[in-house]
Amino acid sequence: MSLTLQDVKRVATLARIAVNETEAATYQQHLNGIFGLIAEMQAVDTTGIAPMSHAQDLSQRLRDDVVTETNQRDKFQAIAPQVAGGLYLVPQVIE
Amino acid sequence: MINSSLSQLARLLADKKISSVELTQLYLDRIAQLNPILNAFVTQNLDVSMSMSEARAADARIAAGDVAPLTGIPVAHKDIFCADGWRTTCGSKMLENFIAPYDAHVISQFKTAGMVSLGKTNMDEFAMGSSNETSYFGEVKNPWDISAVPGGSSGGSAAAVAARLAPAATGTDTGGSIRQPAALTGITGLKPTYGVVSRYGMIAFASSLDQAGPMAKSAEDCALLMNVMAGYDERDSTSLDRPVEDYTRDLQQPLAGLRIGLPREYFAEGLSADVAASVEAALQEYRKLGAVTVDISLPNTKLSIPVYYVLAPAEASTNLSRFDGVRYGYRAPEYGDLTDMYQKSRAQGFGTEVKRRIMIGTYVLSHGYYDAYYMQAQKIRRLIAQDFEAAFQHCDIIMGPTAPSTAFNFGEKADDPVAMYLSDIYTIAVNLAGLPGMSVPCGLGANGRPVGLQIIGNYFSEAKMLGVAHQYQLATDWHTRMPEI
Repeated sequence: MSLTLQDVKRVATLARIAVNETEAATYQQHLNGIFGLIAEMQAVDTTGIAPMSHAQDLSQRLRDDVVTETNQRDKFQAIAPQVAGGLYLVPQVIE
Repeated sequence: MINSSLSQLARLLADKKISSVELTQLYLDRIAQLNPILNAFVTQNLDVSMSMSEARAADARIAAGDVAPLTGIPVAHKDIFCADGWRTTCGSKMLENFIAPYDAHVISQFKTAGMVSLGKTNMDEFAMGSSNETSYFGEVKNPWDISAVPGGSSGGSAAAVAARLAPAATGTDTGGSIRQPAALTGITGLKPTYGVVSRYGMIAFASSLDQAGPMAKSAEDCALLMNVMAGYDERDSTSLDRPVEDYTRDLQQPLAGLRIGLPREYFAEGLSADVAASVEAALQEYRKLGAVTVDISLPNTKLSIPVYYVLAPAEASTNLSRFDGVRYGYRAPEYGDLTDMYQKSRAQGFGTEVKRRIMIGTYVLSHGYYDAYYMQAQKIRRLIAQDFEAAFQHCDIIMGPTAPSTAFNFGEKADDPVAMYLSDIYTIAVNLAGLPGMSVPCGLGANGRPVGLQIIGNYFSEAKMLGVAHQYQLATDWHTRMPEI
């Protein structure tokens, strides 16, 4: 398979990464090289093989549904790019 | 002093021959002198007053008799571990000004042990790289030859230990990021079994593969550090709840009768002659120590690279979606609407390799491609794990080279991601299977650069592996060699 310039731009949009025409062309070249490497995997017959997500095949632990975190809003917001009145500021999304 | 083992340093501290403040100052002076050449530490992250205040606290503990085995010994931390009040950049412009608001579990374990932080070491951006050339803060130089890469992604930690800027360091390993830089800089590094060291507060790259471990001058030092780092932590959902181990317990075990498996795929085409010769010499040493070598096969080794470059980017693309310029991290100075703010902040905050991997991951997880890529990779991952399971029927431990060549030069592979990815051929399968692996220095290559011997053990066999490495280090002196810098 081979990614078109259009595919690269679509993926960049999905990933929320701005790319210009020159960058898109470079990504296209590199990504196609990498997908060339990945293609080796497609021919392998994996019928009947269960996917492996954890070496010990663990499932997620459950815990009691109780509050365990303390409120550290001020500390966390001190490292935010823009806050006001305890809120994170972003460009207006609702007209 | 700088060549002392951790147990020798601990003895000097206990006997009050040196204070933690003096020891910490000695290393801070070395950092001030040599870091301008090596760039092993992210300069912005050095905080002499924090280090010294930790050293004073350690001295107070020693005076009060309230000591753990490594209290007062300084250590360097890869800049992927959040440390409360310390700048934690992960090698990225995205986190250039990020002051972590809490401690990673690994950091709190070191604090509890009374060890002193010397600062945060440079690394490939978000741990994505094998040469340290992707760091936003500049490349780390290999102390053996400053025209050579130190390996990656824990290249700063490796260079710091190799040049004796720190007695020991922490690293993380997703596809070889502890073992490969350890090999390329002539130090000892261990990637534990997945789940043995908590990932809490370790900035996530590929969560099902990431594992922290120690990097030091010897296997014995790594064993002592494992006693500090390992342990169950309920804040990491993949942390394993197992009984506490003493990782030094097998250091004195003799090797007579040990069956060492040699995977034929690790000694095939692509391995450079000087690395092969050093590894063979190490195996010969093991035979002298009473071990026997057996031929084994890991037939799916070649598939580990394509599988890894589906799974790791897929997990990275989801993990790194949190960097949106809203709650922390970089925000572009100019933008229009919200989407534009996300797109510009991420485009400007991430480097090329990181963006490349996010895009691969986004693609393989996108609608219609999930089964063909992600599921197929997870299935082959099981085949790779089964290869090891079958191999361990015939041997107690597996050995081979850590990397196909000694350290390459800067720029040699920087423009060709595929060539760079192929340099991790011997390390990646271990992460996919979740097994422990380590690298031990075993010689110098044709260009005078170090060679690493990789030791792969079965699940939870770290203590045995450390013993196997320690016995070799008692019989040889490669681990004591230090670069002239």
